[in-house]
Amino acid sequence: MDDILDNQTEVSCDVLVIGGGTAGPMAALKAKLANPKSTVILLEKANVKRSGAISMGMDGLNNAVVPGYATPEQYTKEITIANDGIVDQKPVLKYAQTCYSIIEELDSYGIRFQKTANGDFAVKKVHHIGTYVLPMPNGETVKKALYRQLRRARLLISNRFMATRLLVGDGRIAGAIAVNTRSGELLVVRAKAVVLCMGAAGRLGLPTSGYMFGTYENAANSGDGYAMAYHAGAALANLECFQINPLIKDYNGPACAYVAGPFGAYTANNKGQRFIECDYWSGQMMLEFYNELQSGNGPVFLKLDHLHADTVGEIEDILHRVERPSRSAFHAGRHTDYRRQMIEMHISEIGFCSGHSASGVFVDEYARTTIPGLYAAGDMASVPHNYMLGAFTNGSVAGKDAAEFASGYELAAFDRGDVERERERVLAPTRRDDGIPPNQIEYKTRRLVNDYLQPPKVARKYELAQQRFAEVREDMERTMIARNAHELLRALEASSILDCADMAAHASLYRAESRWGLYHLRTDFPEKNDNDWFCHTLLSKRAGRMTSEKRAIAPYVVPIADDEKKLYDKQRVGARAAV
Amino acid sequence: MPLANTSTSVPVIVDNEKCIADKGCTVCVDVCPLDVLRISEQTGKAYMAYDECWYCMPCAADCPTGAVTVNIPYLLK
Repeated sequence: MDDILDNQTEVSCDVLVIGGGTAGPMAALKAKLANPKSTVILLEKANVKRSGAISMGMDGLNNAVVPGYATPEQYTKEITIANDGIVDQKPVLKYAQTCYSIIEELDSYGIRFQKTANGDFAVKKVHHIGTYVLPMPNGETVKKALYRQLRRARLLISNRFMATRLLVGDGRIAGAIAVNTRSGELLVVRAKAVVLCMGAAGRLGLPTSGYMFGTYENAANSGDGYAMAYHAGAALANLECFQINPLIKDYNGPACAYVAGPFGAYTANNKGQRFIECDYWSGQMMLEFYNELQSGNGPVFLKLDHLHADTVGEIEDILHRVERPSRSAFHAGRHTDYRRQMIEMHISEIGFCSGHSASGVFVDEYARTTIPGLYAAGDMASVPHNYMLGAFTNGSVAGKDAAEFASGYELAAFDRGDVERERERVLAPTRRDDGIPPNQIEYKTRRLVNDYLQPPKVARKYELAQQRFAEVREDMERTMIARNAHELLRALEASSILDCADMAAHASLYRAESRWGLYHLRTDFPEKNDNDWFCHTLLSKRAGRMTSEKRAIAPYVVPIADDEKKLYDKQRVGARAAV
Repeated sequence: MPLANTSTSVPVIVDNEKCIADKGCTVCVDVCPLDVLRISEQTGKAYMAYDECWYCMPCAADCPTGAVTVNIPYLLK
């Protein structure tokens, strides 16, 4: 089973899209429709039918900018404030201006959105200021609907190929190297443009249950895109702005904010009292959540037991059917019922994810990275708080621009030695008779991430983490063993995870201030320092070494008044922001 | 260092009476994001070969005969 075959194939295309979750299918579709004669390949580590964050659908759009409810300028302003001002607004504004047309397009695919009796979209308020949440009554069909469009456009889909490294030549992108996850065979894909849509780095921290695959993010999202962008020399932005989410304790499902909140549910402390003003997932909210967990008022609960049984039934119908349908089995096993008791919550493991925070491969408003011809979209690209609709919208932007880029170039030349070196790196664990298996390399890395990198961030602990990571890296490079193609897949993922752990530590030590609430809370620099750190941080590989630098924030296109800047700072009930 | 085989109870259960993998069906194996299901060479039926489950449920939802059950892994149950 899963025997390793020593083989290598080479193919060429105009546009290569890596990752078939949410952004990737949309990018591939748009690239193909922009230039129907071109060759577009969609490469996926799992199977496009059921891969990524929306494999079982999604309950709704968290950030829909619908005319009549919100304007693109209002949305841009809110995301800027929620992200402590560290935002290049142009990509956010472009998203906000474009997303309504994507909603209409999804509607035309057969995905329904909740409407009022008048036929208007029924948008709900969850954010601190504006109204952007739009439920999807048949949200479980979203992936299927998307897949139908891919088949109709006759896209070339390659499932079960894990991309491991990008090829760069002539100062631009040249393609990518991938490994078949069932046979270990190498695939070299030469491409004029490449779009990375590989999801969050979700297997970075270890869930407190100790079950390695019980992560908030789809556990297939092991940060491969972040690692590939890094090794290719692209810049990664604000990686110290971790993703940390409020979840049901021991279960990886979110609960309250976007689904149950509009029905009247809320996050409560052990006295059943509301302690945060707003359940929208911001770093500032997570800090109050964390403070309450640590206090005598902890732990924290999801409270629905004050709602009418019919209302709870309606909420269950959504929560137990889409996105995380195993939730009902979890509650049955615990004998917990939303109607009768509050449900214990906890905070998730750390990760990188721009879908919910701001840590991603740096992109501009065309989804272009710092490498010509290389694009990124979805959870792994640096457009903050962009969620599923952001993945669709920015995937669309990336696909169109990549198609245009590809039409102006021939395939770039590259160093054949890069392929040989990658082949040796990939296959090294298969050539050993004895050593450390990938699950132990991965477990140790992630256990160290929890021990040392989980905020609050202590500089001395971070330095110790870097030492321990270096030791694990030496073990990985010298002794990791993979006995079949499946273990080889896990071995390559372990390498991505360790790269992400190193990046998380490096970026966090660089930004010598606290920002984004819990996401970057440093004990040695507990205050926000706008004089020195009102900027992006960009991490990249220079001459083989990890480096960080500051990058100025592009001048705002939507101005923020001084009295609006701190609207997200006071999340605790009773501590109203100065308005 | 020599390797040991440590036992775990796996979350995905396949009802061999209902499973039609021996007739050529590979749906559950195909859709799994973590690629942890396989067809047994001995029984011809699907089974969980690797305990690396996100309990996301496409295997159960897409099985044409309802043979697949996804349980919550013991460590977080």
